[in-house]
Amino acid sequence: MTTSAPPASVATAPAQPPARRPRRTGRSPWFHVVMVPFTVLWLLPLAFIVVLAFRSFDDVASRGIGALPASFTLDAFTEAVTRGDLGRALLNSGIVTVITVVLSLVLASWAAFALARFRIPFRRTVLLVMLAGNLLPPQILLVPVSRITQSLGLYDSLAALVVVQVGFGLGFYTFVLHGFVRNLPQEVFEAALIDGAGTLRTYRSIVLPLTRPALAALAALATTWVFNDLIWAMTVLRTETRFPITAALLNLQGGYSTSWNVLAAGCLLAALPTALVFFAFQKHFVSGLLVGSDK
Amino acid sequence: MTVLERTPGRSGPRSGSGAGSDPAAARRPGPRLRAARRVPPLVWAFLLVPLAVEMFWVFWPALNSFSLSFTRWRGVGPAEPVGWANYQRMLDDPVFATALVNNVVWVVGFGGLSVAGGLALAVALNRPGRGVGVYRSAIYLPMVISLAVTGLFWRVLYQPDGLVDRVLTPVGLGGTAWLANPDTALYAVLVAAVWRQVGYIMVLYLAGLKGVDASLEEAAAVDGANAWQRFWRIVVPQLRGVSTVVFAVTVIDSLRTFDIVWAMTRGGPYNQTQLLSTYMFQQSFSLVDLGYGSALAVVIFLLAIGFIITYLVRQARAED
Repeated sequence: MTTSAPPASVATAPAQPPARRPRRTGRSPWFHVVMVPFTVLWLLPLAFIVVLAFRSFDDVASRGIGALPASFTLDAFTEAVTRGDLGRALLNSGIVTVITVVLSLVLASWAAFALARFRIPFRRTVLLVMLAGNLLPPQILLVPVSRITQSLGLYDSLAALVVVQVGFGLGFYTFVLHGFVRNLPQEVFEAALIDGAGTLRTYRSIVLPLTRPALAALAALATTWVFNDLIWAMTVLRTETRFPITAALLNLQGGYSTSWNVLAAGCLLAALPTALVFFAFQKHFVSGLLVGSDK
Repeated sequence: MTVLERTPGRSGPRSGSGAGSDPAAARRPGPRLRAARRVPPLVWAFLLVPLAVEMFWVFWPALNSFSLSFTRWRGVGPAEPVGWANYQRMLDDPVFATALVNNVVWVVGFGGLSVAGGLALAVALNRPGRGVGVYRSAIYLPMVISLAVTGLFWRVLYQPDGLVDRVLTPVGLGGTAWLANPDTALYAVLVAAVWRQVGYIMVLYLAGLKGVDASLEEAAAVDGANAWQRFWRIVVPQLRGVSTVVFAVTVIDSLRTFDIVWAMTRGGPYNQTQLLSTYMFQQSFSLVDLGYGSALAVVIFLLAIGFIITYLVRQARAED
């Protein structure tokens, strides 16, 4: 790999008209010599976990976790799913994630539409206050949120996890969508007004379709955030059967502290859904990360 | 007001609609003024429902934390007001001092390493070319794994005979129980956190580099500036906007950090990896000392608020 890279870049260099693309030819052949080992080292932790997850308990126990694999088995995965109950935990995470993401984006698109297209008094302040809510350290909310869910009878339910995360994320999603709705061409809205379209129809047939790229980016981003949450789950849930995958894994670690292969398998199961989202929507995901950072 | 209103129509470089023509501008005030005079009730509902949700689940609890921080409350019965006692207690609390120092180490170490790494990689991988897409994907892959899972599997890596041990033994650093040793535990957690964060910072800087004027750099190169000079004198100044965002985001993230520490050490050994966030959680939920926990939360808030405002000001300016 390292040896083939430099000749390749040398071979392509003369083909480029030097005057037009002088910077392309400037890449040193050392680039790949450095980057290939670096990337391998970067991914080594993941590779180690993957290998460990497919080893048998006896193999790990007798030869150590750092040894090269002498076994290949799915036992660790079955054990994680059956005894560790990670299947149920994944289902819990899935339910919470889907409902939270959909609710958040619906509510945020409402607020964004209202703030971007109507002359609401102090709308700029309202928008920034909403964004500020998302920037607060969650620690300042934990104790009261836990108490509020108890007094509402929501404590220890998936519903509590949904509403809390919807409330906390709303400000950010609204802010991003507001920027997007505001930048839609004014003519479209004027045409709708002239055609006599009411608020609801304008929202449904103009705002929603035209903000689809932003909604997709936010959905990809929000999915990983909600799915990966730990602190809210620990704040509003107590019963293990309702735990999402992150909290369930922490429990698994307590009970199986020496079964490293089971823990590794559990980690892979927990990482797989977000990794799939990432690979399927890589472009959306990256642009989602950027929307809040205002390039 | 019209001037303020017209900016969105202009839409800037992002969507690039050609809405700036004169006839359109002349026609514009009519319908909009009509729309402005009365905001339809449905629109009020569109705004007030989400706003109410956020008020109830974010701002109301936040205010409650402030008032709880002046009480002693074990979770049952009424909270007993104690004035500033919780804050005075912090001054004599060695664990609070450790957590505060650790938070400073965390901001500097986690922030510094991930920004340096992310920026270096962004510069290296800025230009498209063979393999660049693969390198980029590999570097931001860890970002999709949750902090909790990252923490858990780095725990495995740090076990005696684990990957870290295997890699470092040839260098003469083997045989250390990185997470069990109070002197190394915090840094061991920090390395795992940086591994996950670098990709995110790289994405932010890659976007920032797109806005850097290449001709300036070329002009400097013609004038004989070497790569190092071009980077510090031409590229870095143009990245100031991104850097402000990165700086604010990093500090806010540092103060929030909880999952990865909780998954790896729960603040141990001997509270040596305690951050303000984990200590707050332990006091509030493990020891059910809700008054003291709330006071710790208020301290975290006060440390974060300056950076939150920095970020907000920047976003408000970008709105114009």
